[in-house]
Amino acid sequence: MTSSLREKICISLAGLLFMTAIYMVFVYAPTERVMGPIQKIFYFHLSCALVTFLSFFTAFVSAIVYLIKKDLKWDILGAASVEIGLVFTTLVLATGMLWGRPVWNAWWTWDPRLTTSLILWFIYGSYFILRSSVDRQEKRAVFCAVLAIVGFVDVPIVFLSARLWRTIHPVVIRAGSIDMAPAMITTLIVALIAFTCLWGLLLYQRTRTLTLAGRVRLLERQLDGEGI
Amino acid sequence: MNSELFLIAAYAIIWGGLFGYVFFAAGRRQVLAGRVRILEELISEQGAGK
Repeated sequence: MTSSLREKICISLAGLLFMTAIYMVFVYAPTERVMGPIQKIFYFHLSCALVTFLSFFTAFVSAIVYLIKKDLKWDILGAASVEIGLVFTTLVLATGMLWGRPVWNAWWTWDPRLTTSLILWFIYGSYFILRSSVDRQEKRAVFCAVLAIVGFVDVPIVFLSARLWRTIHPVVIRAGSIDMAPAMITTLIVALIAFTCLWGLLLYQRTRTLTLAGRVRLLERQLDGEGI
Repeated sequence: MNSELFLIAAYAIIWGGLFGYVFFAAGRRQVLAGRVRILEELISEQGAGK
Protein backbone atom coordinates (compact mmCIF):
# COMPACT_ATOMS: atom_id res chain seq x y z
CA MET A 1 0.00 0.00 0.00
CA THR A 2 1.45 3.41 -1.00
CA SER A 3 1.87 6.11 1.63
CA SER A 4 -0.53 8.45 -0.21
CA LEU A 5 -3.26 5.79 -0.26
CA ARG A 6 -2.65 5.05 3.42
CA GLU A 7 -2.92 8.78 4.11
CA LYS A 8 -6.21 9.03 2.20
CA ILE A 9 -7.64 6.09 4.15
CA CYS A 10 -6.60 7.70 7.46
CA ILE A 11 -8.11 11.07 6.44
CA SER A 12 -11.39 9.37 5.42
CA LEU A 13 -11.45 7.42 8.69
CA ALA A 14 -10.88 10.59 10.73
CA GLY A 15 -13.61 12.38 8.75
CA LEU A 16 -16.05 9.53 9.33
CA LEU A 17 -15.23 9.48 13.06
CA PHE A 18 -15.80 13.22 13.29
CA MET A 19 -19.16 13.00 11.55
CA THR A 20 -20.18 10.21 13.93
CA ALA A 21 -18.98 12.29 16.89
CA ILE A 22 -20.99 15.34 15.74
CA TYR A 23 -24.10 13.21 15.23
CA MET A 24 -23.70 11.72 18.69
CA VAL A 25 -23.08 15.11 20.35
CA PHE A 26 -26.18 16.74 18.86
CA VAL A 27 -28.59 13.84 18.46
CA TYR A 28 -27.59 10.84 20.59
CA ALA A 29 -26.30 12.44 23.80
CA PRO A 30 -28.99 13.79 26.13
CA THR A 31 -29.16 17.49 26.96
CA GLU A 32 -27.85 18.22 30.43
CA ARG A 33 -30.59 19.26 32.87
CA VAL A 34 -28.96 22.27 34.58
CA MET A 35 -26.77 23.84 31.88
CA GLY A 36 -28.91 22.97 28.85
CA PRO A 37 -27.50 22.77 25.29
CA ILE A 38 -24.32 24.72 26.13
CA GLN A 39 -23.03 21.62 27.96
CA LYS A 40 -22.56 20.01 24.52
CA ILE A 41 -19.35 22.04 24.18
CA PHE A 42 -17.95 19.63 26.78
CA TYR A 43 -17.35 16.69 24.36
CA PHE A 44 -15.00 18.63 22.11
CA HIS A 45 -13.62 20.85 24.88
CA LEU A 46 -12.42 17.86 26.91
CA SER A 47 -11.20 16.00 23.81
CA CYS A 48 -9.14 19.04 22.78
CA ALA A 49 -7.72 19.24 26.33
CA LEU A 50 -6.69 15.58 26.39
CA VAL A 51 -5.12 15.84 22.93
CA THR A 52 -3.21 18.88 24.21
CA PHE A 53 -1.77 16.79 27.04
CA LEU A 54 -0.90 14.03 24.57
CA SER A 55 0.92 16.55 22.34
CA PHE A 56 2.97 18.01 25.16
CA PHE A 57 3.75 14.55 26.49
CA THR A 58 5.03 13.57 23.03
CA ALA A 59 7.13 16.76 22.96
CA PHE A 60 8.46 15.91 26.45
CA VAL A 61 9.46 12.37 25.43
CA SER A 62 10.95 13.60 22.12
CA ALA A 63 12.99 16.20 24.01
CA ILE A 64 14.45 13.56 26.35
CA VAL A 65 15.25 11.22 23.45
CA TYR A 66 16.83 14.10 21.52
CA LEU A 67 19.07 15.03 24.44
CA ILE A 68 20.20 11.39 24.70
CA LYS A 69 20.60 10.53 21.00
CA LYS A 70 21.22 14.00 19.48
CA ASP A 71 19.24 12.95 16.41
CA LEU A 72 17.46 15.93 14.80
CA LYS A 73 14.41 13.88 13.82
CA TRP A 74 13.39 13.92 17.51
CA ASP A 75 13.69 17.70 17.55
CA ILE A 76 11.39 17.86 14.51
CA LEU A 77 8.88 15.53 16.17
CA GLY A 78 9.00 17.68 19.33
CA ALA A 79 8.45 20.92 17.38
CA ALA A 80 5.51 19.38 15.48
CA SER A 81 3.93 18.14 18.74
CA VAL A 82 4.31 21.51 20.44
CA GLU A 83 2.78 23.30 17.46
CA ILE A 84 -0.24 20.99 17.41
CA GLY A 85 -0.52 21.18 21.21
CA LEU A 86 -0.57 24.96 21.03
CA VAL A 87 -3.38 24.94 18.43
CA PHE A 88 -5.45 22.64 20.66
CA THR A 89 -4.67 24.68 23.81
CA THR A 90 -5.98 27.76 22.01
CA LEU A 91 -9.17 25.86 21.13
CA VAL A 92 -9.53 24.66 24.74
CA LEU A 93 -9.20 28.22 26.07
CA ALA A 94 -11.58 29.67 23.46
CA THR A 95 -14.29 27.03 23.93
CA GLY A 96 -13.86 27.22 27.71
CA MET A 97 -14.50 30.97 27.61
CA LEU A 98 -17.60 30.47 25.47
CA TRP A 99 -18.84 27.86 27.91
CA GLY A 100 -17.99 30.00 30.95
CA ARG A 101 -19.87 33.11 29.79
CA PRO A 102 -23.42 31.66 29.97
CA VAL A 103 -22.69 29.27 32.87
CA TRP A 104 -20.44 31.34 35.18
CA ASN A 105 -21.56 34.71 33.80
CA ALA A 106 -17.92 35.58 33.08
CA TRP A 107 -15.69 35.16 30.04
CA TRP A 108 -12.67 34.63 32.22
CA THR A 109 -11.94 34.10 35.90
CA TRP A 110 -8.54 33.59 37.58
CA ASP A 111 -9.51 30.10 38.63
CA PRO A 112 -6.56 27.65 39.16
CA ARG A 113 -7.54 25.49 36.16
CA LEU A 114 -7.90 28.46 33.82
CA THR A 115 -4.80 30.22 35.07
CA THR A 116 -2.55 27.14 34.80
CA SER A 117 -3.94 26.48 31.29
CA LEU A 118 -3.11 30.03 30.25
CA ILE A 119 0.40 29.61 31.68
CA LEU A 120 0.72 26.41 29.61
CA TRP A 121 -0.23 28.37 26.50
CA PHE A 122 2.41 31.02 27.26
CA ILE A 123 5.13 28.42 27.99
CA TYR A 124 4.65 26.61 24.71
CA GLY A 125 4.09 29.89 22.85
CA SER A 126 7.55 30.96 24.03
CA TYR A 127 8.89 27.68 22.60
CA PHE A 128 8.40 29.11 19.10
CA ILE A 129 9.90 32.47 20.03
CA LEU A 130 12.95 30.55 21.24
CA ARG A 131 12.96 28.38 18.12
CA SER A 132 12.99 31.33 15.78
CA SER A 133 15.61 33.25 17.74
CA VAL A 134 18.47 30.72 17.61
CA ASP A 135 20.16 30.16 14.25
CA ARG A 136 22.37 27.16 14.90
CA GLN A 137 20.30 24.01 14.48
CA GLU A 138 21.92 21.89 17.20
CA LYS A 139 21.94 24.71 19.75
CA ARG A 140 18.31 25.52 18.96
CA ALA A 141 17.31 21.88 19.33
CA VAL A 142 18.98 21.63 22.76
CA PHE A 143 17.36 24.86 24.03
CA CYS A 144 13.93 23.78 22.75
CA ALA A 145 14.31 20.31 24.26
CA VAL A 146 15.09 21.83 27.66
CA LEU A 147 12.09 24.16 27.41
CA ALA A 148 9.82 21.26 26.38
CA ILE A 149 10.96 19.26 29.43
CA VAL A 150 10.66 22.16 31.88
CA GLY A 151 7.35 23.30 30.34
CA PHE A 152 5.85 19.85 30.77
CA VAL A 153 5.90 20.39 34.55
CA ASP A 154 2.80 22.53 34.06
CA VAL A 155 0.80 19.72 32.41
CA PRO A 156 0.17 17.63 35.57
CA ILE A 157 -0.44 20.90 37.44
CA VAL A 158 -3.20 21.79 34.94
CA PHE A 159 -4.69 18.30 35.28
CA LEU A 160 -4.58 18.28 39.09
CA SER A 161 -5.45 21.97 39.62
CA ALA A 162 -9.21 21.33 39.79
CA ARG A 163 -8.61 18.49 42.25
CA LEU A 164 -6.01 20.10 44.51
CA TRP A 165 -7.34 23.64 44.85
CA ARG A 166 -10.75 25.16 45.42
CA THR A 167 -12.11 25.82 41.96
CA ILE A 168 -15.34 26.44 40.08
CA HIS A 169 -14.17 24.32 37.14
CA PRO A 170 -16.09 21.01 37.13
CA VAL A 171 -14.23 17.72 37.62
CA VAL A 172 -15.93 15.01 35.59
CA ILE A 173 -13.39 12.20 35.65
CA ARG A 174 -12.59 11.11 39.17
CA ALA A 175 -10.63 8.08 40.34
CA GLY A 176 -12.67 5.06 39.27
CA SER A 177 -15.80 6.90 38.12
CA ILE A 178 -17.17 9.37 35.57
CA ASP A 179 -20.09 11.53 36.72
CA MET A 180 -22.14 11.27 33.51
CA ALA A 181 -24.97 9.37 31.86
CA PRO A 182 -23.83 6.28 29.84
CA ALA A 183 -24.87 7.91 26.51
CA MET A 184 -22.71 10.93 27.38
CA ILE A 185 -19.73 8.68 28.18
CA THR A 186 -20.10 6.85 24.83
CA THR A 187 -20.27 10.18 22.98
CA LEU A 188 -17.20 11.42 24.83
CA ILE A 189 -15.25 8.26 23.92
CA VAL A 190 -16.16 8.60 20.22
CA ALA A 191 -15.15 12.29 20.24
CA LEU A 192 -11.89 11.37 21.97
CA ILE A 193 -11.07 8.69 19.37
CA ALA A 194 -11.87 11.16 16.54
CA PHE A 195 -9.61 13.83 18.03
CA THR A 196 -6.78 11.37 18.71
CA CYS A 197 -7.03 10.17 15.10
CA LEU A 198 -6.84 13.76 13.84
CA TRP A 199 -3.93 14.44 16.17
CA GLY A 200 -2.00 11.45 14.74
CA LEU A 201 -2.65 12.64 11.19
CA LEU A 202 -1.60 16.20 11.98
CA LEU A 203 1.54 15.04 13.75
CA TYR A 204 2.52 12.92 10.76
CA GLN A 205 1.84 15.79 8.35
CA ARG A 206 3.67 18.44 10.38
CA THR A 207 6.67 16.18 11.00
CA ARG A 208 6.97 15.62 7.25
CA THR A 209 6.57 19.35 6.57
CA LEU A 210 9.27 20.32 9.07
CA THR A 211 11.56 17.66 7.58
CA LEU A 212 10.95 19.23 4.15
CA ALA A 213 11.72 22.69 5.58
CA GLY A 214 15.04 21.32 6.84
CA ARG A 215 15.77 19.87 3.39
CA VAL A 216 14.99 23.26 1.76
CA ARG A 217 17.46 24.98 4.13
CA LEU A 218 20.11 22.38 3.30
CA LEU A 219 19.62 22.71 -0.47
CA GLU A 220 19.66 26.52 -0.25
CA ARG A 221 22.94 26.37 1.64
CA GLN A 222 24.29 23.97 -0.95
CA LEU A 223 23.34 26.38 -3.74
CA ASP A 224 24.80 29.37 -1.88
CA GLY A 225 28.01 27.44 -1.38
CA GLU A 226 28.19 26.73 -5.08
CA GLY A 227 27.85 30.42 -5.91
CA ILE A 228 24.36 30.87 -7.36
CA MET B 1 -31.48 30.79 22.82
CA ASN B 2 -28.49 32.62 24.28
CA SER B 3 -26.96 29.33 25.35
CA GLU B 4 -27.43 27.90 21.84
CA LEU B 5 -25.66 30.89 20.30
CA PHE B 6 -22.64 30.26 22.50
CA LEU B 7 -22.71 26.59 21.52
CA ILE B 8 -22.76 27.48 17.81
CA ALA B 9 -19.92 29.97 18.34
CA ALA B 10 -17.85 27.33 20.16
CA TYR B 11 -18.29 24.77 17.41
CA ALA B 12 -17.60 27.41 14.74
CA ILE B 13 -14.32 28.24 16.50
CA ILE B 14 -13.37 24.56 16.80
CA TRP B 15 -14.12 23.82 13.15
CA GLY B 16 -12.75 27.10 11.88
CA GLY B 17 -9.56 26.60 13.88
CA LEU B 18 -9.08 22.98 12.91
CA PHE B 19 -9.88 23.43 9.21
CA GLY B 20 -7.72 26.54 9.07
CA TYR B 21 -4.82 24.68 10.64
CA VAL B 22 -5.24 21.59 8.43
CA PHE B 23 -5.34 23.74 5.26
CA PHE B 24 -2.38 25.80 6.43
CA ALA B 25 -0.40 22.60 7.12
CA ALA B 26 -1.31 21.04 3.76
CA GLY B 27 -0.55 24.25 1.84
CA ARG B 28 2.78 24.77 3.57
CA ARG B 29 3.81 21.20 2.77
CA GLN B 30 2.96 21.65 -0.91
CA VAL B 31 4.92 24.90 -1.10
CA LEU B 32 7.95 23.28 0.52
CA ALA B 33 7.74 20.20 -1.73
CA GLY B 34 7.71 22.54 -4.74
CA ARG B 35 10.72 24.43 -3.45
CA VAL B 36 12.65 21.21 -2.88
CA ARG B 37 11.92 20.16 -6.47
CA ILE B 38 13.06 23.51 -7.88
CA LEU B 39 16.22 23.58 -5.77
CA GLU B 40 17.12 20.01 -6.72
CA GLU B 41 16.65 20.85 -10.42
CA LEU B 42 18.82 23.95 -10.03
CA ILE B 43 21.56 21.94 -8.35
CA SER B 44 21.46 19.19 -10.97
CA GLU B 45 21.49 21.79 -13.81
CA GLN B 46 24.45 23.46 -12.21
CA GLY B 47 26.18 20.11 -11.86
CA ALA B 48 25.56 19.32 -15.56
CA GLY B 49 26.85 22.73 -16.65
CA LYS B 50 30.20 22.28 -14.95
